[in-house]
Amino acid sequence: MGYLSPIIVLDLVAGSLAIVLVVANKLFAEYEDVTVDVNDGEEEFVVEGGVTLLQAFTQNEIYIPSACGGQGSCGFCTAKVKEGGGPVLPTEEPMLTRDQLIDDVRLSCQVKVREDMEVQIEEKYLEVEKYSAVVESTRDVTPSIKEIVFDLKEPETIDFKAGQYVQVQVPVDGDTVDRAYSIASEESVHDKVMLTVQLIEGGLGSTYLHELEEGEEVEFTGPFGDFYIQDTDATIIGVAGGVGLAPLRSIVFSLLEKGVDKEIWLFYGSRTMEDLYYHEDLQELADEHDNFHYVPALDSSQPEWEGEVGLITEVMKDYLDKGDDMEGYLCGPPPMMDATIDLLTEYGIDEEDILYDDFS
Amino acid sequence: MQYISILIAAIFAHNIALRYFLGWCPLVSQSKKLSSAWGMGVAVTLVMTITSAVNWPVYHFLLVPYGLEYLQYIAFIIVIASTVQVLEMVIERFFPSLYTTMGVFLPLITVNCAILGVSLFMILRDYTLLTGIVYALGSGIGWSVAIVSLASIREKLRFSDVPKPLQGPGITMLIAGIMAFAFLGFSGMVGIK
Repeated sequence: MGYLSPIIVLDLVAGSLAIVLVVANKLFAEYEDVTVDVNDGEEEFVVEGGVTLLQAFTQNEIYIPSACGGQGSCGFCTAKVKEGGGPVLPTEEPMLTRDQLIDDVRLSCQVKVREDMEVQIEEKYLEVEKYSAVVESTRDVTPSIKEIVFDLKEPETIDFKAGQYVQVQVPVDGDTVDRAYSIASEESVHDKVMLTVQLIEGGLGSTYLHELEEGEEVEFTGPFGDFYIQDTDATIIGVAGGVGLAPLRSIVFSLLEKGVDKEIWLFYGSRTMEDLYYHEDLQELADEHDNFHYVPALDSSQPEWEGEVGLITEVMKDYLDKGDDMEGYLCGPPPMMDATIDLLTEYGIDEEDILYDDFS
Repeated sequence: MQYISILIAAIFAHNIALRYFLGWCPLVSQSKKLSSAWGMGVAVTLVMTITSAVNWPVYHFLLVPYGLEYLQYIAFIIVIASTVQVLEMVIERFFPSLYTTMGVFLPLITVNCAILGVSLFMILRDYTLLTGIVYALGSGIGWSVAIVSLASIREKLRFSDVPKPLQGPGITMLIAGIMAFAFLGFSGMVGIK
């Protein structure tokens, strides 16, 4: 008995406190269902109260960017809260600018949904959806790059802007991880998505995508990204390195298809001739359209090669004039992009008029 | 009268932070801004009072009858941890605006030594339940007085030329030390049993 009593008493204390906690959890921490209205009725959903706004979005398949996974440290998951949501929390303040605070912008990973809410998010995020698709075809376009076409099943169509990317869900040990790939197909194609994927030794996403067979099912979310054609008259300077051609292919093909008459340049740097892909297509396109200029360049000369040789930035100097009204669209390996950004700013392009996709 | 003198003694002469040097972690880290110092002070006072009120019966009706006084440390810690949990839920549910000002500090308090210290002092000094609660309330207010004054001084520090190595926690410890000296002046005013 002497040994038992401390155990019994301590268990009694801990046990009754556990019961209190369970009861309290039931009584206080469970909230009723509340309605969240997104962008003035464009989307409306019901969630069980008590979750964060970001969780509520995800549960209802609205995907807004959140790089830190809801810890309140990246500041990406902003949403304008017009109704409900309570006052700004101390955990949000450091992440928001003065203008955002005045404009009722909040961090959706910190705001808890406890009452009916009206929120506003950027229109483009409502277009982000989760797609399931089937592999329609795959083919090698270079020794290491595969072109994969997906036929969309659910939902059946996609609206995106040329240059945007999707996040493919790569299965890993019963879970999935996201890997981003730029869409290479044209804006006008709505029922299919084409990606070009370079095989990277040990890369999760590229290995998975390269091993896909026709008819296999794939899931991805999208479209994402601010890297797309701006609506201006400026000359377009597209610069691609290696597999980075994918978004620029989409941009060039989409624009020419629409019959845009502004000047479009595409500088495409590649290691060897074998590594160039869509080369013939682009040459044909350049022959057909007077306003499209295609300049491929190899790192070093090859016997059959008649085009440019050398660093893409050196090649560009021969074609561009300082001070012209230009916009840069870059996609490629980081050293190439850094060098190109330096060159373009030197040629008088504002840094905000240089867009680039950085997947490194 | 006895209650009033205990209250005054707990706030000034026997200030839990500046006389016993308990709860210094949050005292240093949460005293950067006056507003968060207030929130922390209110939270500590509330938790201190409620946990003492729960710990007293646990000690006298559960531990003493079975001769298990030595279990008080474990028992008190469990009580404090779960009380803070429940309190957080209740405040979040019913006082959302209060939650935004002080609720976010509640989890920090679970492991605050001042809270456990007050419960232990209450047992050590053989207080009755009511005296214990008054003492805990006084200690909480005393701790709040300490952190709020410290925060006010620190806000003014912005205009002073603090030597670089001392900036931040260093100068805060020095200020708190000087404040502790100042509070020694209260010790003759009223005693504690």
